[in-house]
Amino acid sequence: MSAAFGSSSWAEGLAATKSNYTVDEKLTPIEDVTTYNNFYEFGMDKADPAALSKDFKPRPWTIKVDGMVAKPQTFDVDALIKAFPPEERVYRMRCVEAWSMVIPWDGFQLSKVLDAVEPLGSAKYVAFETVVRPTEMPGQNATFGSLPWPYVEGLRLDEARNPLTLLAVGLYGETLPNQNGAPVRLVVPWKYGFKGIKSIVRITLSDKQPLNTWQAANSGEYGFYANVNPAVDHPRWSQATERRIGEGGFFSSSRHPTLPFNGYADEVASLYSGMDLKANF
Amino acid sequence: MVGLSLSLPKRFQPASVWGLYVVGLLPAAYCFYLGATGNLGADPVKTFELFLGLWAIRFLLLTLAVTPVRDLLGWNLLRYRRALGLICFYYVAMHFLVYAVLDQALMFDVILDDILKRPFIMFGMAGLVMLIALAVTSNRFSIRSMGKKWVWLHRLIYVIAACAALHYALSTKILTVEQVIYICLLIAMILYRAYRPILMLRRREARLRPAT
Repeated sequence: MSAAFGSSSWAEGLAATKSNYTVDEKLTPIEDVTTYNNFYEFGMDKADPAALSKDFKPRPWTIKVDGMVAKPQTFDVDALIKAFPPEERVYRMRCVEAWSMVIPWDGFQLSKVLDAVEPLGSAKYVAFETVVRPTEMPGQNATFGSLPWPYVEGLRLDEARNPLTLLAVGLYGETLPNQNGAPVRLVVPWKYGFKGIKSIVRITLSDKQPLNTWQAANSGEYGFYANVNPAVDHPRWSQATERRIGEGGFFSSSRHPTLPFNGYADEVASLYSGMDLKANF
Repeated sequence: MVGLSLSLPKRFQPASVWGLYVVGLLPAAYCFYLGATGNLGADPVKTFELFLGLWAIRFLLLTLAVTPVRDLLGWNLLRYRRALGLICFYYVAMHFLVYAVLDQALMFDVILDDILKRPFIMFGMAGLVMLIALAVTSNRFSIRSMGKKWVWLHRLIYVIAACAALHYALSTKILTVEQVIYICLLIAMILYRAYRPILMLRRREARLRPAT
């Protein structure tokens, strides 16, 4: 339907209502949002996901929700979109690599899905899993340098239930392009981008903190919480500022100051009161 | 086998060295042009910075390859070694300048913090400082006036190679195949230099042994 999504086999219009969740900042151009991606399942270069995801098939698609819930269920993604009509949310996206974007996502709150399965009182954490399809995801075939699959992420249950936490099924008013995590991905705007697990097939509630993929790969650099925090450096660079993608050019600096919780402190800082955010990075 | 420098008539040799400078710096010029005209993707400064770093490593490898190529293949490219080394230095200098000026916008506190706190940047800076010393003593006057000291000073290129390998290896979350190849090549060059005295000794012995 849209030429802008040249590399997606699935992009089509998505009816999304406006919401109050927006930021008064310039949107990152769609070309940049859809060509500059970290999605190691398709390759480690930023251009790989757009270039190598053409064969990926985001339909039919189901998400299994299980673990410590009263009503474990397997949802069809289109049924979810029907049940929870997407709304547009313009969020800042801050990558741990010190670059950022402003993206108009279309999706619904994760809390709606959690409510449907009725978490048990014992459930404290939510684990997420990406699909494993080596035939469609060339990065999962790489014998060298790639991560262990499936990609795993996790949130505390209260983080998962926060109204900001979104399951995105589209961006810029169209279904998610493959390279952005089709057909459904997590968006947690106050955390670094790697928490936003893509192409989700399973959500499991548990009483144990999940070991997320990047923490397993390099626990000195990546933690479980990964809250955006200008005061806590990455071992290899400062997190005090960020390069805003698609803004400025070669000679005009696009550096912005990074905000605590990526500017969402009012909504989420209370989740971490009393916690040492330096130790729990 | 006849080397490139030997196959060229003598009067073209200086021109071929200048040609090497031009060809060697073309990738940087082209990439700069792409960046300045907005054709270097979503994150042009980072892309240019990494591009310059990679080409610095390529020219470092070419500089280090001159001796093994002569020992093992018989091609004498010594005439081009200074130019290769200086082109490597120019790439490293540009890599640093892009980091300091375009990427960090000359925020000196951030740059200083990076240098003092982050091992991979420390190795990179150490390599740059040593390369400056080699670049300023790369002229004929220095070679003549420093004598033996010059030879020792310029062996720092192997320390620089080790710094480059560490800087490159520690700069990413996980190693890519491309990184592994370049790092292995750097290590091979360093190991060859350590092995070279043994090789030369064996060859001398072989020459001295009477033919039967």
